[in-house]
Amino acid sequence: MKKQKNKLAGLQKRKALSGYLFIAPFIVGFLTFMVQPFCRSLYMSFCEVELAAGKIDPIWKGIANYHQAFRIDPEFTRLLWEEISRMVLYSIAIMVFSFFVALILNQKFKGRAFVRAIFFLPVILSSGVILGLESENSVMDAMNVAIEETAQGISITGALEQILRTAGVGTRAYEFVFEVIDNIYDIAIASGIQIIIFLSGLQTISSSMYEAADIEGCTKWESLWKITFPMISSLLLVNWVYTVIDFSMRSDNEVIEKIDKITVESQNYGFGSAMSWIYFVIIMAIVGVSSLIISRRVYYYD
Amino acid sequence: MTKAKAKARKTKYSEFMERNRKSNGYLLKRTVMKYVVGFCRFLLMFGLCFLILQPIFNKISISFMTESDLYNPTVVSIPEHFTTNNYILAVQLMEYGKALTNSFVISITIALLQIGVCTLVGYGFARFDFPLKKFWFACVMMVILIPPQTISGSLHLHFRFFDVLGIFKAITGSTINLRGSKLPYYLMSAGCMGLKNGLYIYMIRQFFRNIPKELEEAAYVDGCGTLKTFIRIMLPDAKPILTSCFLFAFVWQWTDGFYSKMFLGQTVLVSTGLARIVDSLGAFIQRITGATVTISTAYANCILATGTLLIILPLIILYLFAQKGFVESLSSSGIKM
Repeated sequence: MKKQKNKLAGLQKRKALSGYLFIAPFIVGFLTFMVQPFCRSLYMSFCEVELAAGKIDPIWKGIANYHQAFRIDPEFTRLLWEEISRMVLYSIAIMVFSFFVALILNQKFKGRAFVRAIFFLPVILSSGVILGLESENSVMDAMNVAIEETAQGISITGALEQILRTAGVGTRAYEFVFEVIDNIYDIAIASGIQIIIFLSGLQTISSSMYEAADIEGCTKWESLWKITFPMISSLLLVNWVYTVIDFSMRSDNEVIEKIDKITVESQNYGFGSAMSWIYFVIIMAIVGVSSLIISRRVYYYD
Repeated sequence: MTKAKAKARKTKYSEFMERNRKSNGYLLKRTVMKYVVGFCRFLLMFGLCFLILQPIFNKISISFMTESDLYNPTVVSIPEHFTTNNYILAVQLMEYGKALTNSFVISITIALLQIGVCTLVGYGFARFDFPLKKFWFACVMMVILIPPQTISGSLHLHFRFFDVLGIFKAITGSTINLRGSKLPYYLMSAGCMGLKNGLYIYMIRQFFRNIPKELEEAAYVDGCGTLKTFIRIMLPDAKPILTSCFLFAFVWQWTDGFYSKMFLGQTVLVSTGLARIVDSLGAFIQRITGATVTISTAYANCILATGTLLIILPLIILYLFAQKGFVESLSSSGIKM
């Protein structure tokens, strides 16, 4: 009996060992290329880094870099605030849009494969450098401003906005909606992966549930909220986290651009690290809090 | 012939009305609703597809225009003076031939390396029980969540003064400067720290978890070792997810600007070439004319559009052939938390 137990333990030990062997590349990589630079960048954010010939000289400065980021640098807090509010707004819009599109693409109609292919196209065509080009491009910006000026009130959203404003309906809330509608292109090209994830969730819901609901007299609208929504709510969490992270790392993100400029071009490693740490902590806080709120409402079927 | 057809249609119609009458008008209502919904859906889908495709069409039409066409307000999408000079210039500016080969070699090798390593790690997380497994998996999540920009500064320095536990310093007396060589990026890829590698690990792990355990156990009983089971039994099954991860790794590496700028700055790549194309245009014109000229913004935009088309052309061809690999396997793998 005892011998058998020992043998079992030996087997388990062997399995554990081979498990560690399999994930060894990750552990090594994580320790050398993530933990070490991570800690060092945290340390550097409290230092003035001087690049002397052949070696680096971090000089401890306390929270001076953080003070500079928040108090002295003229644009950092503004950029940070702008990017974060844009991120929250867009992430919500992307979630709604991709859910809606996934619902439509899950129905059966002619040319569905073709439409799916098109919706997925932006995932490969607007990643990396290509994404940043259009917003970086001063021509496009100038043109957009010109168009906006000349087309004031001509575009449907502009006209609607004016009507609502003269009618005295709360304008602040509508401004967000109109901003989202005006930038529907950005949202459409950013939601490829999310649509696929929602679609994969929708396909796992068995049709017998809808049939049962239909027989009981449920309308389509009701079954959307009582069946579809709870069944894919776990994917809602995945998608939300993915969207926020994806948005915070986009190459056209102005905070990231600023950090890049400070670190790579002017070689101010200390200040750059401090700014990226501020940004990172804020993003983490947003992801943490929001996913905690969402995960409480997630419904697990099994 | 047509008479018979008309008659058949008429009987079909009266039959429909008869059935409609029996159902108290419900059938008609439902049929009308079906067509209305179908029409609305068509409009919506058409609009959204157009929205996504329009910029590409726009770029195509711009890329064939001469500079005078760009300023001509009557020319909207069909160029008046058709020209391919923009392509010739953009190819020259980006050193397209060289950049294309470089990008191909780097993207394929990097993607193969990353997916190979990520498969091992994903399999390890999916199929083995070992102490601290939860902790290490939390580390994978951390890798997904931490923006690479956070550590970019210190990574810079890390590779400027590269050393493994002080071994090199002990031997040669100084650290190695790895800046500007490709080695750091390959090293990072081998350590699962490349572009979006956490995501690949996560996806592959999800896939392996869904494969029934009996398959593996049968292989063990038949005398397969751990490695042999992995190669002979599990890998063939995982082909779809591995293909789609490979395609993603390839495409994202192809267009990536961040890692390329940081580690592969000296290598001519399509992505970094595109990012610099307007500056190169300025330098090019200056070299020819010998004077500093501000390029007209519209023309710079035109060259940029041409460059963008050149960089996404290989990707579109790839997508046309491997569309299934991108979409289907991802949607069938069932990503869940």
